[in-house]
Amino acid sequence: MIKVEQLTKKYPGVVAINNLSFEVDKGEIVGFLGPNGAGKSTTMRILSSFMPATSGRAYIAGHDVFRDSLKARRHLGYLPESVPLYGDMRVNEYLRYRGSLKGLTGRKLRARADAVKELCSVKEVENKLIASLSKGYRQRVGLAEALIDEPDLLILDEPTIGLDPNQIRHVRELIKSLGKRHTILLSTHILSEVEVTCSRVIIIHRGKIEASDTPENLVGRIRTSGTVRVEVRTGSDDPVEMLEKIVGIKSVADNPEDGWHRCSIRVEANSDLREEIYRLAVERRWTIRELTQERATLEDVFVEITHADN
Amino acid sequence: MRRLFTLLKRELSVFYYSPIAYIVLFLFLILNGLSFWFAIALLNRAPSENTVVQVFFNSAFFWIAYLLVFPVITMRSFSEEFKMGTIETLMTAPVRDWEVVASKFMAALVFYMSLWLPSLLYFLIFGWLGNRSAIGSAGQVWAPYLLLLVMGMFNVSLGCLASAMTSNQIVAAMISLVLTIGFFFVTLINYVVNSSSPILREMTAYVAQLDHMDSFSRGIVDSRVFVFYPSMTLLLLVITYQVFQYRRWKA
Repeated sequence: MIKVEQLTKKYPGVVAINNLSFEVDKGEIVGFLGPNGAGKSTTMRILSSFMPATSGRAYIAGHDVFRDSLKARRHLGYLPESVPLYGDMRVNEYLRYRGSLKGLTGRKLRARADAVKELCSVKEVENKLIASLSKGYRQRVGLAEALIDEPDLLILDEPTIGLDPNQIRHVRELIKSLGKRHTILLSTHILSEVEVTCSRVIIIHRGKIEASDTPENLVGRIRTSGTVRVEVRTGSDDPVEMLEKIVGIKSVADNPEDGWHRCSIRVEANSDLREEIYRLAVERRWTIRELTQERATLEDVFVEITHADN
Repeated sequence: MRRLFTLLKRELSVFYYSPIAYIVLFLFLILNGLSFWFAIALLNRAPSENTVVQVFFNSAFFWIAYLLVFPVITMRSFSEEFKMGTIETLMTAPVRDWEVVASKFMAALVFYMSLWLPSLLYFLIFGWLGNRSAIGSAGQVWAPYLLLLVMGMFNVSLGCLASAMTSNQIVAAMISLVLTIGFFFVTLINYVVNSSSPILREMTAYVAQLDHMDSFSRGIVDSRVFVFYPSMTLLLLVITYQVFQYRRWKA
């Protein structure tokens, strides 16, 4: 659906994206991650044929986004980061205008406008001026607009920014359900969102792709965040001293409270030392209230990749 | 073609749904009314060879209204889109750049022409109620409007260009005002420079809007303006198109 070949975009003095190549297949939901200024929006703007790349090619549904831009745009629903809308229009008017701009007419246009209003829950504000809408509604109107002509590909630049938790959940469900019929490329900073919605993650940093895999594989790749938490009552024992004798434990931080020691234990990567800790506790007759190994999350992956050389 | 129509409808609605349009229309009507009243008052004072149409279209009120209206109607056309960022949604929809430029230009031109409609009514009512001969022949009434159309095309395209150059409406209005008034006063070089050459005279004659109006309101239709203004308009729109694309790609 999307094919990007050695895409480079230079601004005066800055290389926004550098030799980017990736592909997105039909039906995938791809999360596009990266710190601010990594080049996510730039890539999306090039893909939506809003601006040309300095060099390299990009294709949407087989059409070059620069040379054959009109055909490429016909397959695309795009929601820019700032969700620009015409404040002087009513929601209904806006959706009809955009629908007709994208080639819908008559009954089909009305049907689609009704459908997207329903889908994005903006039905109750359909007759309001867009300028008077809250951020959450504006966001959903933007999304409704992107969906109006049932495009094969949706490019969503931070679709959940500015929404409240309920709305985020709603949009997340919506994106997931859309994934059955549309190909989706979305960028976001909410990593938990990516873990549940996306079938693949592309992490981009300083204009380069640093990782591209399923969220599970990415998390699986690094287990360095090996931290074990344990909460014990040890009587007169000093848990830090005892725990640090176990082979594989790097460091122990203790946080005593009401006679309970809450210890955060750094262990070596890819190791599970919970059994050893348990045995020690039994041996010393400690009371255990909690013993957990923290799992690496996508956030750890993200930090690991994008923070490495900062 | 249907897309162009959709865009044009949207651009026109921007004009007619906004309160500013009606303020402009109101001020414009006042100036036109003054101009008309002035024409009749002048003709009542003493016998004259001039018609109402002639005096109306050559009064200062008329020219002030004419020159000031272009910046006001064109300043937001592109600037607003850049400023609000809606340029991004607009240009990622399947529309061609020239369709956007053409729709903005045409909408502004339609609005501009609609501003003159009430004045046409003045003449019709005056001719109906009063002295038909004080208006002059039908051609004498239509000719100035024809001229207003072609000169309007030129000035509207100047305004569109100014608006495409900046995201700030006020700056756009200033640029457009300077350009419009600049072109208007080019002919005056002949009056300022004593020994102005025939070549200069010949060249400035093309943009001599005062002189054009003088002859058109007599009913003398000069075909040169129908070549000059539309071709200049086309040129300006092509430049607007380039500037628009440049600014979008640079964004």
